[in-house]
Amino acid sequence: MGGSKSTSATSAEAEVFSLSASVAQMEATAKKLRRHIVTMVGKAGSGHPGGSLSAVEIVTALYYKIMRHKPLDPQWPDRDRFVLSKGHAAPLLYAVLAECGYFPVEELLTLRQMDSRLQGHTDRTITPGVEMSAGSLGQGLSFALGVALAGRIDGQDYRTYVLLGDGECNEGQVWEAAMATAHYGVDNLTAIVDNNGQQIDGWNCDVMGLDPFAGKWQSFGWKVIEVDGHSLPQLINAFKEAPKVKGQPTVIIAHTIKGKGVSYMENNPDFHGKAPNAIEMEIALKELE
Amino acid sequence: MEPVSVREAYGKALLELGMDNQDIVVLDADLSRSTMTRFFAREFPERFFECGIAEQNMIGIAAGMAASGKIPFASTFAVFVPGRCFDQVRMSIAQPGLNVKLVTTHGGISVGEDGTSHQSIEDLSLICSLPGFSVIVPADATETTEAVKAAAATLGPFYIRLCRPKLPLVYGEDYQFKLGKAVMMKQGGDATIIAIGLMVRAALEAAIELEREGIYCRVLNMSTLKPIDEAAIVQAAAETGAIVTAEEHLEHGGLGSLVAQVVAKNRPVPMEFIAIKDTYAKSGKPSELLERYGLTEGDIERGVKSAIKRKR
Repeated sequence: MGGSKSTSATSAEAEVFSLSASVAQMEATAKKLRRHIVTMVGKAGSGHPGGSLSAVEIVTALYYKIMRHKPLDPQWPDRDRFVLSKGHAAPLLYAVLAECGYFPVEELLTLRQMDSRLQGHTDRTITPGVEMSAGSLGQGLSFALGVALAGRIDGQDYRTYVLLGDGECNEGQVWEAAMATAHYGVDNLTAIVDNNGQQIDGWNCDVMGLDPFAGKWQSFGWKVIEVDGHSLPQLINAFKEAPKVKGQPTVIIAHTIKGKGVSYMENNPDFHGKAPNAIEMEIALKELE
Repeated sequence: MEPVSVREAYGKALLELGMDNQDIVVLDADLSRSTMTRFFAREFPERFFECGIAEQNMIGIAAGMAASGKIPFASTFAVFVPGRCFDQVRMSIAQPGLNVKLVTTHGGISVGEDGTSHQSIEDLSLICSLPGFSVIVPADATETTEAVKAAAATLGPFYIRLCRPKLPLVYGEDYQFKLGKAVMMKQGGDATIIAIGLMVRAALEAAIELEREGIYCRVLNMSTLKPIDEAAIVQAAAETGAIVTAEEHLEHGGLGSLVAQVVAKNRPVPMEFIAIKDTYAKSGKPSELLERYGLTEGDIERGVKSAIKRKR
C-alpha cells in the first residue's frame, strides 16, 4: 500500500539528521552528489543528468541545513516533506538520500536496472525517502498542497517543500495548484523552481515563454524570492525567510544552469535526457574532482 | 414505490462518516450542490476543500492528503473523473495505491438534457483499466450508502459511480453490501442477466416479463465491477448456459467486456450485451435516451431470447 515502507528502525531509535554542516562541507557534498549523478546515469546508460545537476545545491541545502528528517525512519510523522515534482531529476534525489543514509550509496549503481529500488522516475512505493511517484510533470505542487493541508488540519508543524522545473510550469495543473495554494492561504509550504532556462526542445523562451515568470507567481498570490540557485548561502537564507511569510505561500525561484558542474553539459539541452558515454564520463568526473 | 436519490444517499453517508472519523476529508470541483457533498461541507467546513473548476488539481490534493493519513473523498461528475484527469488519477493515485475515494455522479446517459458533453459513457472502461482500483456502481440508494461506507473502511483507491436520477429501491434496509460479491437478485435456470446501476431494476422487470413466457432468468447485480466476482459469473455460465449483460456505458470496456473475459476464459456460453453501441448520445429526457440507445427492459428481453437461441 501507499503508506507502508520498510524501515530499519523505529521513530524512537532513529536519529534526527544533523543539520550542523558548514557551507564548505556542503559544497563538498554538492560535488559528491554531482559525481554520483554522472556516475549512476553513465552506468545506467540513460537518464536525466542536466536537470539533476542544476538542482544539486537546492537539495543539498534542504537535506543538510533546513529539513527535519530521519534517514532511518523515512515515514517519521514529524518529518519535513520533500516532494520532487520534476521526477526526471530522480538521480539527484537518490544521490542525496543515499548520502544522508536512507539506503547504501552502492545501491546508486543499480539505477534503472531490473528489480532496482531506484526507478527511472521516482516511485514512492519502493524507495525509502521518496514522497511521491512522479515523472508525469505538473502534478507535484497539487500533491504537496494536499500534504501541507493535511498537516494544517492536524495541527502538525512539519513543512512541505516541492521542487518544480521551469519547463514543467508549461503544465496548466501547476497554475491550478498555484491558484489553490494561495486561495487556501497555505503558508506551511515552500515551492522551489529550478529555473535552469531549458527544456527538452531547447530554451524555455523558444519552446514556451514563461516571462514574466516571477510576476506570474506574484499575480497568483505568492511571495517570490529570487536567488542564485548555485549559492548555498543565498538558498539557505531564502529557506529561512520563507517560513516567516504568513497567510500566503512562498516560491523560491532559483536561477540555475542546466548541467551545472560539467562543462560540456552546461546549458546544453542535449544532456536533458542523455547519459554520458565512457569518455564523456571520465571527463566529467575529472572536472568534478 | 417512490424513487430515492442515490446522490442524496451519498451526501448523507459522507456526513455520517465524517462524524465518526476525523480523518475523512472531502473535496469537490464546484459541483457540491449536485454531488451532494455540500451536506458534509456545511457540517465540517474545516475538512471540506472546494477546489473550484480544476479537477486535475483536486486529484493531486486528494493524493497528497491520502499520503498523509487522510481518507479523502473527491467528487465531481463522472464525465470529468477519470476522463479529464486520467493521468493524474493514474500517477498520483493508482500507481502508489493511495487511499483516495473518487465518488462521481451524473454517470451514464440518464443525465439527460445536458447532452453529450455531460454524458459519461467511457468512465468505467477508463477506471477499470487502472491496476489496484476497486470500482462500484450501486443499484439504488441503499446500496450507495453501504458502498460508500465499505470504501471508507477499505484501504486503497476506489471509484464509485452514481447516476443523476432518483432510483426505485431494489434493497431493503437490512441489505449488506459485500465488496467483490455479486448479489443474486432472482433465481432462474434458463439464462442470467448481469446488470449494474439503474439497469439492475430494468433487469428485474425484464425477468418478470420473461417469466410470463416461461423463460426463467437469474439476475445478478454486479455492483462491484472490480474486482469482479468471477465465481458468480462462472457459476451462472455453467448453470444457465447463456448470459446477458446490461449497463449504462459503452459496450467496449465496461461490464460486458469484463464478464465476457471471465466467460471466455472459464466457460464459454452465448452472450448478449445491452449497452451503448460505439456512439455518443444526444440531449433528451432520460427515459427517451435509454429507449433510443437500447437500454430498456424490452432490449434486455430481446437479448435474453437471442442468447438462449444460440445455446448448444
